[in-house]
Amino acid sequence: MEHKPVQINRNNAVIHIQNLRKSFGALTVLNGVDIDVFQGENMAVLGRSGTGKSVLIKIISGLLKPDSGIVQVLGEEVDKLNAEELRALRLRIGFSFQNSALYDSMTVRENLEFPLVRNKPNLTRQEIDSAVEEVLDNVGLLQTINQMPAELSGGQRKRIGIARTLILKPEIMLYDEPTAGLDPITSVEINSLINEVREQYNTSAIVITHDLTCAKTTGNRIAILLDGRFLAQGTFEEVFAVDDERIKNFYNYNFTGDKVDY
Amino acid sequence: MNTSNEDASAVPSKKYVLSKKADDFFINIYRVYKFIARFFKEAFVPPYEWKEIIRQCYEIGYKSLPLISLTGFITGLVFTKQSRPSLETFGASSWLPSLISIAIIRALAPLVTALITAGKVGSNIGAELGSMKVTEQIDAMEVSATNPFKFLVVSRVIATSVMVPILMLYTGFVGMLGSFLNVYANEQTSFKAFFQSAFSTISFLDISSSVLKSVLYGFTIGITGCYQGYHASNGTQGVGKAANTAVVVSMFLIFIEEMIVVQFVNAIR
Repeated sequence: MEHKPVQINRNNAVIHIQNLRKSFGALTVLNGVDIDVFQGENMAVLGRSGTGKSVLIKIISGLLKPDSGIVQVLGEEVDKLNAEELRALRLRIGFSFQNSALYDSMTVRENLEFPLVRNKPNLTRQEIDSAVEEVLDNVGLLQTINQMPAELSGGQRKRIGIARTLILKPEIMLYDEPTAGLDPITSVEINSLINEVREQYNTSAIVITHDLTCAKTTGNRIAILLDGRFLAQGTFEEVFAVDDERIKNFYNYNFTGDKVDY
Repeated sequence: MNTSNEDASAVPSKKYVLSKKADDFFINIYRVYKFIARFFKEAFVPPYEWKEIIRQCYEIGYKSLPLISLTGFITGLVFTKQSRPSLETFGASSWLPSLISIAIIRALAPLVTALITAGKVGSNIGAELGSMKVTEQIDAMEVSATNPFKFLVVSRVIATSVMVPILMLYTGFVGMLGSFLNVYANEQTSFKAFFQSAFSTISFLDISSSVLKSVLYGFTIGITGCYQGYHASNGTQGVGKAANTAVVVSMFLIFIEEMIVVQFVNAIR
């Protein structure tokens, strides 16, 4: 990919979340979340499994409804949009799922064409082919174009999943556990890809992860989600300089393997 | 919006109107109603997924032909063979083609086709959509600004509603061929004479009612499979349950519908 310097516009929050709450029955998952993600910025959201990280981005993309709070994406309040307005907003958001969520019954080419032919019906066959080949080339997997998802490795599936979202040229990327289940070398490649996507496509992103290396590599800022709230936000160094036992434990667990009691 | 969830401990324990099972039953009925209503709402609004509908028709119709052919042929053959002794007792074996055609066209062809399709296609739809649900493929369609309900549900339900009647007519034909084979082997009746005798007692109402109830069976198979798959949860276990429930519920509903349609058709006959 061609690398370009990325400017973060701190006057333009592409995602603005205020006092967001979400419960499932008696279980409160998000309990007053506040966060701003600025244009051109990758925000890494750290937290243990089951702390509501994925719920957060599902609310941002409109897959789940919040119980209360403000969720503004690209200036639109997500939960107040009608179906057509939500569809229009989703064209500007890319969502990379934890398990890639590639369509099993379709080839890689068909997976990538799927959102394109439905949302841009006026494109010619040549333009579709060209767009598919371009994004596949950008994620370094042009050779897999006619393969089925079942024939791909975990890392390849992640890349194709990211390529499928990139084909609509989104302004915001939401990555759900991009390195989960991958070996360390493939994880490094995916981290690099996330940074390349930001530079190439000028996207802003939320990277949901419990992998500190991923957060450190991809996040311009980091936020730690614990007990339904963000415990700390800032650069990697700022967050882990906070004098809080739970944050220090999180760091130690990831980098030194010490056992943690939250 | 609900703002009452400040604290998990503040949420009151759930109270049921009747009992958990009864409440779940009525909630499910309501969800099925909403699912069917959504189907009719989305089926008639463009854009139409023609390519996917045709692909599903091919998958559901063409790929069921070997099984349907075998089942239809054997049904016709065995039914004729088993009916012969009773008719021969009264010296009425010449009525065999008429009896068989009435049985096949009015009841056997629609029911056999529907049950075979429920087993083969209903389970397939339940498992496929269930698998897509638990692996977030349906969510992936939604976030890519595509309507998964229209692409997955509407196309499949239309395909089953169109293909089951066509398969039913084919099953009827193949069943009659099986019957002819038995009649020919015993009485050397010609092909033309057999079918002239068979169709002499069949009315337009017989064929049209069978076609219409096959449309209903096809719709039932499609909507049940899609509903079960679309609401699958709990990983692979949920996929298996969706496939199994799709078949069991479809077959149950088909028999209920058969009883109702037979009463209705007999009333207007």
